[in-house]
Amino acid sequence: MLQIEGWKRVLIWATCAIGLLFALPNGFYSKVETYNDAKDAGAEAMGWPSFLPSGLVNLGLDLRGGAHLLGEVKLAEVYTTRLEGFWPEVRNVLREERSTVGAIRQQDSGEGELRVRIGNPEAIDHAMKIVRTLARPVSSLSGSLTDDIVVSSVGDNLIVTLSEAEKLATDDRTMAQSLEIIRRRVDEAGTREPTIQRQGTDRVLIQVPGLGSAQELKDLIGTPALLTFQTVVGQTSNSSGTAGIGNELVQSAENETLYYVLERAPVVTGEDLTDAQPSFDQNGQPAVNFRFNTSGARKFGQYTTDHIGEPFAIVLDNQVISAPTIQSAITGGSGIITGNFDVTESTRLSTLLRAGSLPASLEFLEERTVGPELGQDSIDAGKIACMVGFVAVLIFMAMSYGTFGIFANIALIINVGLIFGLLSMIGATLTLPGIAGIVLTIGMAVDANVLIFERIREELKTAKGPARAIELGYEKALSAIIDANITTFLTAAILFFMGAGPVKGFAITLGLGIITSVFTAIFVTRIMVVIWFEWRKPKTLEV
Amino acid sequence: MRLRLVKQHTTFNFFKDWKIWIGISAVLVILSIGSTVTMGLNFGIDFKGGTTIRAESIVAVDVAAYRAAIEPLGLGDISIAEVFDPSFRADQHVAQIRIQAQEGQESVASDVVLKLEAALQDVAPGITFPSVESVGPKVSGELIQSAALAVVIAIAVVLIYIWLRFEWQFAVGAVGALVHDIVLTIGVFSALQIKFDLAIIAALLTIVGYSLNDTVVVFDRVRENLRRYKQKNLSELLNQSINETLSRTAMTSVTTLLALISLFALGGDVIRGFVFAMIWGVVVGTYSSVFVASSTLLRLGVKRDWSKPSNTDGNQFANIDA
Repeated sequence: MLQIEGWKRVLIWATCAIGLLFALPNGFYSKVETYNDAKDAGAEAMGWPSFLPSGLVNLGLDLRGGAHLLGEVKLAEVYTTRLEGFWPEVRNVLREERSTVGAIRQQDSGEGELRVRIGNPEAIDHAMKIVRTLARPVSSLSGSLTDDIVVSSVGDNLIVTLSEAEKLATDDRTMAQSLEIIRRRVDEAGTREPTIQRQGTDRVLIQVPGLGSAQELKDLIGTPALLTFQTVVGQTSNSSGTAGIGNELVQSAENETLYYVLERAPVVTGEDLTDAQPSFDQNGQPAVNFRFNTSGARKFGQYTTDHIGEPFAIVLDNQVISAPTIQSAITGGSGIITGNFDVTESTRLSTLLRAGSLPASLEFLEERTVGPELGQDSIDAGKIACMVGFVAVLIFMAMSYGTFGIFANIALIINVGLIFGLLSMIGATLTLPGIAGIVLTIGMAVDANVLIFERIREELKTAKGPARAIELGYEKALSAIIDANITTFLTAAILFFMGAGPVKGFAITLGLGIITSVFTAIFVTRIMVVIWFEWRKPKTLEV
Repeated sequence: MRLRLVKQHTTFNFFKDWKIWIGISAVLVILSIGSTVTMGLNFGIDFKGGTTIRAESIVAVDVAAYRAAIEPLGLGDISIAEVFDPSFRADQHVAQIRIQAQEGQESVASDVVLKLEAALQDVAPGITFPSVESVGPKVSGELIQSAALAVVIAIAVVLIYIWLRFEWQFAVGAVGALVHDIVLTIGVFSALQIKFDLAIIAALLTIVGYSLNDTVVVFDRVRENLRRYKQKNLSELLNQSINETLSRTAMTSVTTLLALISLFALGGDVIRGFVFAMIWGVVVGTYSSVFVASSTLLRLGVKRDWSKPSNTDGNQFANIDA
């Protein structure tokens, strides 16, 4: 009657053993961490046997310290840039039809549209038709093909905007590109295990453990680092002056009252750079050395050959950082950017230029910094609290249920081991609320055992002999255990899907804790009770 | 000799004074709602937006001096509170400074934080800032929405699950107890003006889970006894069920409280509010599963004959014995 089949016993103990094996590395945290780092770096890893699992529970930012940023990518900026780049094409096709549409001029336009005025307003329909031929097909959400642009008109103004489908496609590209650039920049800075995730349509979550402050992270990823080389048309001190069509007014980085009038179309952009390194100019001032790729070198060589003696502007994020005069043709494909840098700035600028520019600017919605000491304090406090709570529960259980209490306690220890094993296996992150989740699980894990033991006590009063009472106890307590734990598990699942950051960590430990505690209560304590029963064969039973 | 929290046979009549218990609960719920409406909740930056800075210094915190140093910066509403914790070292003095979300700024201007840190460095040399957290109004608005949604979804899911596994009367009783627990917890946070942030929502949902755990165990016994004693009147039957599970209810509450209290005392100040919510929730949840959930069930009445499958309730899940 009171028995468990052999294969089940093997399965139960094997599950425990595997779980505990995966939990083992966490007992030697720093040792295993160095081992893993060495392995990642490709070096010969020492200090941890290679046949053992080496997965660790990741510590969340609130425990390890580090910086957390939530940024929003200004997707609409890209629409404007796209349409801006569309203008030469529009100009070319309309020019060919100049006889019917008349003179064409680009107008100042709002965000996300391109406005063109044509000389013969009555030919607007014809002009629209011509511009529409430039449209390229793009697949929309429903899968059908639509045009990437929408052409409309107001009076003699022709207006080109992006279609909804094209906007969506552009958004996706912009996000993918932003994530990639941010990843490269963070990697360039050499920090470990950064988390860079897309959230929703336009958000990016960046978490970098071990970084001193969110400010550092913002400096690194907050600037678009859009570098262009542009033709200088003139200089002015009038910030509200008009630059003229096709030109733009850009402030000088060194002198706030100085503005340059630049041709809007750049000669070369940062995209043509292959390398950038911090260096010093001939006066010993910090500077950045750069090298162009082949096409960039050719364009730049051609331009400098044609414009010797004229100034050109190096523009970074809408500021002229320097406007040197071309002394001689630069055909070698490399050059140097000088400006008012210090060494930190030149290092950062070269990092940014190597990683590439962000397609759109980022606005930060949330930032958190936790110092490593505070994290360590939290870990220490959490450890002590766990230990004390754990021991208190163990003593209490032993006092209440005697031998059976000891079984429950062994199961509880296995339970905590299993939680850590599962956390390491799935590479979950342990946060401070996560520790609270474990402590709560310790308190609640005994619940299933309490239900069973109380039930056995009741059955002992009526049932026929201890073996039957134990069997009935497990059997009848089961439905309460299952119902109670499923409801708690449901709330943990809701927390996991709805919650953010640390709350998610809490949901994970709580959810895993429920699974492991049901397993240990139903199977592990039972197997112990059965073995004990077979060994002692008690005639009477006290629970 | 065994430690027994509850003696072996109890025959408490839990419904003798049910009017008093329901009355106490009703008064507490009204007080909680009243407090929440009049005093409001002390929302943390997760829900209100703004910046909190934790400042640590080796000299004692002088709140007035800090305030005097920060006020000239014109940052609007600032709150400075000294934090005490037994786990702190003797020369560790911690203050928590909160600045409201700055007008017209989504993200948090870092120069504001730098200025503030510089100003504090003047009055308290050697001060460090182990944590700086900023949340913009846009995100905090979304966080509060999703948090409220999470609580509502949790309750709805629980309602459906219990309805499937038991009967609708049980579901109403359980949810009544849940709402009772949540309202009382929010009420305590309002009355004591403890910081209410994202972690507290996690605590609330855990209370939902815990309180349910308790209620379900009692209900499970009620269901069993309903099948066994077909003639017994409902109030006697509920009483018997509660008495039979009383020992377990006490044991589980005590073990959970043991773990939570050690976390409350030793876990550090960062999660104290969170743990407090859970302790309160466990106490209230235990009480409510006995008095609120069962009293509701008693008022509503239940279907008595569980031996025949009912085809009116669509309740084919009730007989799954896990």
